[in-house]
Amino acid sequence: MFRNQYDTDVTTWSPAGRLHQVEYAMEAVKQGSAAIGLRSKTHVVLATVNKASSELSAHQKKLFKIDNHIGIAMAGLTADGRVLSRYMRSECINHHFVFESPLPVGRLVVQVADKAQVCTQRSWKRPYGVGLLVAGLDETGPHLYQNCPSGNYSEYQAFAIGSRSQAAKTYLERKFETFMECTKEELIRHALFAVKESLQEEELSSGNCGVAVVGIDEPFVVLDPKTLQSYIESLETGKEEQQTMEETGTDDRQSLQVQHEGTGSRGISVGAGDDSPTDMET
Amino acid sequence: MSMMFAPRLTEAAAPTTHAAPTWSPYDNNGGTCVAIAGEDYCVIAADTRMSTGFSILTRNYSKIHQITDKSVLASSGFQADIRALQKNLDARHQIYQHQHSKQMSCPAMAQLLSNTLYYKRFFPYYAFNVLGGLDSEGKGCVYTYDAVGSYERSGYSSQGTGMQLIMPVLDNQLKSASPLVLPLRQSTTPLSEVEAVDLVKDTFASAAERDIYTGDGVEIVIVNRDGIRHELMDLKRD
Repeated sequence: MFRNQYDTDVTTWSPAGRLHQVEYAMEAVKQGSAAIGLRSKTHVVLATVNKASSELSAHQKKLFKIDNHIGIAMAGLTADGRVLSRYMRSECINHHFVFESPLPVGRLVVQVADKAQVCTQRSWKRPYGVGLLVAGLDETGPHLYQNCPSGNYSEYQAFAIGSRSQAAKTYLERKFETFMECTKEELIRHALFAVKESLQEEELSSGNCGVAVVGIDEPFVVLDPKTLQSYIESLETGKEEQQTMEETGTDDRQSLQVQHEGTGSRGISVGAGDDSPTDMET
Repeated sequence: MSMMFAPRLTEAAAPTTHAAPTWSPYDNNGGTCVAIAGEDYCVIAADTRMSTGFSILTRNYSKIHQITDKSVLASSGFQADIRALQKNLDARHQIYQHQHSKQMSCPAMAQLLSNTLYYKRFFPYYAFNVLGGLDSEGKGCVYTYDAVGSYERSGYSSQGTGMQLIMPVLDNQLKSASPLVLPLRQSTTPLSEVEAVDLVKDTFASAAERDIYTGDGVEIVIVNRDGIRHELMDLKRD
């Protein structure tokens, strides 16, 4: 992006009818490490790529619980994201105090969007430099929304934001039609595959990614590293089994072998011949 | 009609006196709360009668509220204020959990409750609270409060309309002997969980005999390392 003479103020329009400052803010989102979201009929899964700024430091926290039924993943200026998450938590708590019921996800998303819009129309403010993927469950079912620095929001079946998100989006576009019927485990595996696409060369491990799930009767929780690692390993065994199935054409003995190899994955079924082949990879 | 708007001539001369208050923002819904702390458990109990004046509003109202996995609040007094206080504490606890990624310990909740009550020092919550639970070491703890937040940790306590009947009994059964009295008595043998629950049931049955505001039923909550357990016992309904 090149400098323009109409981009000094957020309150200055360009002759082409654009607010460059807002677009620069969205650029900040695109520069942040990737965040991915996808949903089924019963669950919503968020996944993030966790990039540490140096080898010595820990990575930034990008998955935040907002309430038992809502959580967010962010990409961009995580400091702005923290402020927004504090606002969202406060709104949820206040709503619950008055109405003794959970704040519907769509309402919260609109409130955040309106808050973001204010910053695009005040000369003494700057837009938030963070994009949010809001995952939540309410009476109308599971939802996934995206919040932009521009103040726009939209609902998605599956989406990815941040750097190298296009690779993840390509994977999601290929697979999204199967998501509605997925179980929680299948959905998490899809999310991890999408993260893998964004990581490209790097190897997926619990150190460089994060996953969170929310579902019907299941409060929002960020998976701990151990659980996450076992899911990651189940991706490997799933892939191996896929190859052996295709090669030998047998199922039972092979899958039994594979299950023993799987590292104590809490009984996560690694497709013991039941899952359809299209589940893992084409 | 015009008479109503004409100012009375005597008004300026007469000294102003406060009229007897016709409306009070408070009401007492009665009831009694008790809590006993043990080595590794805590028993919290309250009767289930809700009254106003000489009438019963309901025989089946819970005065007990679980705030965290390890803290249980029992309150008697004005139930509307008590409900508002419970919701306030819940909201504050939610915020704490978001910020610290863990639940509040019972001693921390005790301090928070005290601060919350004192915050309304000049329009108090009409709530007489007993907070029970397990502290960070897993030992039973009981905190007892007045309406404006003065609190103390102790081994046992009671609050409410039946407090005057129950407290002396608990003192007799649970208070350790004075070291000044001779012959020197060994420290009291620790009360087991079953014994504590039985004692609580006995105290409520006794209080229900003479306190008109206590009766109908008693709800008993036991907090120990395995979690939280509920028991219900019927009381006299007269």
